[in-house]
Amino acid sequence: MDIAQLQAYGYFALTVFLTLALYGYIYHLYSKKKDSDGHDYEEYSNMALHDDISDTPVNAISDDKEK
Amino acid sequence: MENRPLEYDYTVAKMFMLTTVLLGFVGMLIGVILAFELAFPSINTVLGEGLAEYTNFSRLRPLHTDAVIFGFTLSGIFATWYYVGQRVLKVSMAESGFLMFIGKLHFWLYLVGVVAVVVSLFMGITTSKEYAEFEWPIDIAIVVVWVLFGISMFGLIGMRREKSLYISVWYYIATFLGIAMLYLFNNMEVPTMLAASPAGETGFGAWYHSVSMYAGTNDALVQWWYGHNAVAFGFTVPIVAMIYYFLPKESGQAIYSYKLSLLSFWGLMFVYLWAGGHHLLYSTVPDWMQTMGSIFSVVLILPSWGSAINMLLTMKGEWQQVAASPLIKFMVLGSTFYMFSTLEGPIQAIKSVNAIAHFTDWIVGHVHDGVLGWVGFMIMAALYHMAPRVFKREIYSKKLMASQFWMQTLGVVLYFTSMWIAGITQGMMWRAHDEFGNLAYSFIDTVTVLHPYYTIRGVGGLLYLIGFVMFAYNIYKTMTAGRKVEESELQNASPMGA
Ligand code: HEM
Repeated sequence: MDIAQLQAYGYFALTVFLTLALYGYIYHLYSKKKDSDGHDYEEYSNMALHDDISDTPVNAISDDKEK
Repeated sequence: MENRPLEYDYTVAKMFMLTTVLLGFVGMLIGVILAFELAFPSINTVLGEGLAEYTNFSRLRPLHTDAVIFGFTLSGIFATWYYVGQRVLKVSMAESGFLMFIGKLHFWLYLVGVVAVVVSLFMGITTSKEYAEFEWPIDIAIVVVWVLFGISMFGLIGMRREKSLYISVWYYIATFLGIAMLYLFNNMEVPTMLAASPAGETGFGAWYHSVSMYAGTNDALVQWWYGHNAVAFGFTVPIVAMIYYFLPKESGQAIYSYKLSLLSFWGLMFVYLWAGGHHLLYSTVPDWMQTMGSIFSVVLILPSWGSAINMLLTMKGEWQQVAASPLIKFMVLGSTFYMFSTLEGPIQAIKSVNAIAHFTDWIVGHVHDGVLGWVGFMIMAALYHMAPRVFKREIYSKKLMASQFWMQTLGVVLYFTSMWIAGITQGMMWRAHDEFGNLAYSFIDTVTVLHPYYTIRGVGGLLYLIGFVMFAYNIYKTMTAGRKVEESELQNASPMGA
């Protein structure tokens, strides 16, 4: 097998892998609905809607430290 | 010292807003001149034979493309980053003297870069690679500007109060990384002063000249991997970043599906990088690469429409806002044009269609329904939304904005419809032949037929330019004469004067 053929197989395998990864991601998003911090993904829209500097963050960085 | 509450600091955003407006005007003015030069060739020498070198189409064309891409669009990206970045990360630039300094340095070096580009392109100094015309000293300066942008971005992200990154920030990061990679690889070049011929001669060309490190088909491949992804990471990714922030904010509606925005993001990243081969169909590039370029271009519809539909559905139940607010109109039409050109592009990338479309004006029409209807509209809408917030004044005139909207929409429609007809006519005439295979038309026959369409395109472009001047005037008046507003009026819909 020459290098070009190897490249082609490698490329094909990569495409299959990335496709599976993408569909896996979709499945993950819609079955879990929440991320690892326990926030529903849809809450994150509030990052734009409530973005004054005095607004409470959706997922404050200091939460971890305060706990 | 009095103890004032913390506020966002828009100094750098304002600076880039200024260059967005200024370079947008310059770039589009040159575009209109080009359009009329194509329709009426005598304009090429309008300032006399002596100055023809500076006024002809070929000298001005790269000035147009680079002014609108690296001037107007890039300034718009920077301006919105320095605005949106702070807000969604909930951290003010005023909190870091270092980031403030980097931000200002970023702006001033960018301006130096712009001047160097304008002067060198006017002088006719170019590497002749499309959208990568700058010679190596300027390339190095641009890399420095880009690194500063990166420091600003990641510096701000490092200081954030909001742990999660809003979807727009993902898109801004992708813009940064994507352009960095593309720009570096496509601009690998060897200064000619380092070159030597087999006979041992040295010292070719001026000190600033260079040749690409790639040759022939490889050079073409790298060039269009760059060229197409310049569209991806300059005209799509950062503009999507903008609409994901400005449309929900202006309308007060949460994104229809945040999950869809996440997976469209990865879809776009996955697919876009492979589509560049569609610029090289029927060339010396290996056949499988051309096919891959076609296929990935068609697949690209999915993630593109994922974002666009997500934006339209964000307006669900709130369509009266589209009628009421010209600012929302700009964004909704922008995302509609985005859907439109991301359907048109894949169609043109199908090999049999490309056989007619390639090298014709249809491509130019496609480019401009995207950049005028999507990129231009979205950047102007972003600046309109930002203006009351950074100047603490109401938008000067809603009526003027509405007239601008209709004038520019008409301009875009005239532009792309004329180019469709021109392009398809051209494509058909070039390939028409008699029963013995002799070509039916000579090149000049097509030129004659296309003349009216070129004129219509010029008029369409002029309408868009006039609209842009109205925009600039409206922003200027907002800054100087708009009614002062309180913070409480700035929650969602932007306040507008009559
Ligand atoms: C007033 C509005 C504008 C007019 C009248 C205009 C006109 C033109 C003309 C005449 C050309 C040359 C076409 C050819 O070589 O046959 C061109 C090319 C181009 N313009 Fe514009 N333009 C305008 C605005 C813009 C904007 C806002 C952008 C981007 C943000 C843009 C991006 C481009 C690009 C990328 C090309 C190269 C297309 C290609 O190589 O296929 N233009 N424009």
